[in-house]
Amino acid sequence: MIRVQPDDFDVSTEIARLSDGRTDIGAIVTFTGTVRGGANDSAGAITSMTLEHYPGMTEKELARIETEANARWPLQGTTIIHRIGELNPGDNIVLVVTASRHRRAAFEAAEFLMDYLKTRATFWKKETAADGSGDWVDARDADEAVLARWKK
Amino acid sequence: MTGKLLYFAWVREKIGKGEELVDLPGDVSDVAQLISWLKTRGPEYEHAFERADIIRTAIDQTHVKPDARITDAREIAFFPPVTGG
Repeated sequence: MIRVQPDDFDVSTEIARLSDGRTDIGAIVTFTGTVRGGANDSAGAITSMTLEHYPGMTEKELARIETEANARWPLQGTTIIHRIGELNPGDNIVLVVTASRHRRAAFEAAEFLMDYLKTRATFWKKETAADGSGDWVDARDADEAVLARWKK
Repeated sequence: MTGKLLYFAWVREKIGKGEELVDLPGDVSDVAQLISWLKTRGPEYEHAFERADIIRTAIDQTHVKPDARITDAREIAFFPPVTGG
């Protein structure tokens, strides 16, 4: 399941949505991404972050990534939720939930989904500093490099 | 051919709009040529596409490379490398 929304999400609710009434699941992995107070460890504090996206393409790209994960691992269910709009330090940004019969598939699929989401899903972050200035966050080469491990 | 162009993040800010319909010259047939042509449309485009090597393109909501043909495109989007997650 894929959702792109301004609203916050609740991890327990999303786990329950995947697993309620099912007895074929043995492992559920969740990953939650949150807004850091600074762009990196040495940077100054930010007061807010705005997430822009490409409506239509974002959902398609996330669906492609989700389909690919299901082709690679035996998954009982997956959830990807990404927030858009203005967020504050400490707020949730992204949630990935994977459910499988055994832990390895759930762990690996969650990492795969996040690695591809970070390099393919059409979201852009803009940080606002205390003085009101805004800066678009630069993409990290390391995010692209990490995809090499998933190439078959 | 009339093309629908979309711009996101700092590409959008530099050009000053998120979307436009443009009449494309007949000799513009791939993404790289389209970027070269856009850069001739004014200083804001020149500025936005100054570092054309890092700008990403999608045709009809699918990521493409600079040599992708645009002749059948309904919607062409330009944006910086993505930074979600």
